[in-house]
Amino acid sequence: MGWDPAPVQGWVAPHLTAEFPGLGIASIEVDARPGKSPEPVRRRLRDLSDRFYGAHAIHLRERPVPWAYRVFFRQIGLDPDRTRTPVEQLAFERIREGAFKSHGLPKDALTIGIVETGVALRAFDAERLNGRLCIRDSAPGESLPGRRAELVQGTLVIADEASPVGLLFGPTAEGYRVERESRRIAIAAVQVNGVPQISVDESLWMVAATMEGV
Amino acid sequence: MPALLQADEPTSVLRVEIDERQARAQLRQQVARLEAELAGLVGEAFGRTELEHRVAAVAAEPRLLDLGELERVRDALADRVAEARLALRERALVETANRELLRQMLASPADFKGLRISRDEIGEPGCGAWHSRPRLGAIGRLMGWWQVKVSSGCPLAGRLAAVEREAQSKTRRDP
Repeated sequence: MGWDPAPVQGWVAPHLTAEFPGLGIASIEVDARPGKSPEPVRRRLRDLSDRFYGAHAIHLRERPVPWAYRVFFRQIGLDPDRTRTPVEQLAFERIREGAFKSHGLPKDALTIGIVETGVALRAFDAERLNGRLCIRDSAPGESLPGRRAELVQGTLVIADEASPVGLLFGPTAEGYRVERESRRIAIAAVQVNGVPQISVDESLWMVAATMEGV
Repeated sequence: MPALLQADEPTSVLRVEIDERQARAQLRQQVARLEAELAGLVGEAFGRTELEHRVAAVAAEPRLLDLGELERVRDALADRVAEARLALRERALVETANRELLRQMLASPADFKGLRISRDEIGEPGCGAWHSRPRLGAIGRLMGWWQVKVSSGCPLAGRLAAVEREAQSKTRRDP
């Protein structure tokens, strides 16, 4: 059962695991060409739009998985009503635009995975990643590739074995974003306390299956 | 003696660190509980009353918060929950009073001439209202024949679309 190969579990800095039990990162890689979504994906987005309306958006924060991300945002100093959790950001866009608009792959696949499971997902250019992904805090003098300013020491980042590749729940570093030329895409799921492992696996499988047109 | 004190130092530092970690863990649990409660209250209040539910970020970028910062988040959330509870209690009182008014209006429409009570004013979902109006227009007004009319509720999507189509065709006809 599940996707082959299975999601790769990344690591979390030990002192962060001690502070945030349940924090984790898992990823899966797929061969895909970014671009316009095929009709079945666009149809699925339309179906999703029809199943998701205002009442869902209002009560989203009461559901266990979206609530878990809101709590984690509070615990790391963010205001989830300003820096929205991924699922709430999509819900906001759905209400504002009237539908989940198609933005091509891999964004549409991520939208489907996030809305269906509530899990926070993001994509990186897999060919640029160097080793396993992890969640850690930034070291003194470290900065996001492509950004001049140094990160404040202790900023939580997603990193590979060489450097940070993005802020945790923030922008992706230059060079690691999925571009038109990307040929292999890493889908990463950030798990927080209260998000079941099965939801994380399901979200990754769902995105991989959508990307590969299964 | 100083040697003994020095030997104890790493242990006490470790103990303080563990105690602080436990305190932070407790604060995070409190934040989680308060966030759940606030989420429930926001859902309950939606469409009934405006709630101030925002709690400002304490960090520009995600990071590990110290004890003081976690306390600030916890306290701000606790304040929001208390305000939300109060706002909902006050709203419930208004809705109860409106329901009583509606009951009296239904019993004696002539005593509440022209009064209109909407569903949201009594805490009911959806559109619609109860309106005390004269039967047969001006004649009813002169004769004192008053009745409560119940509106038909929210307009259907099809009807709204038809209105929109009509407006568009009118714009095309008279540019």
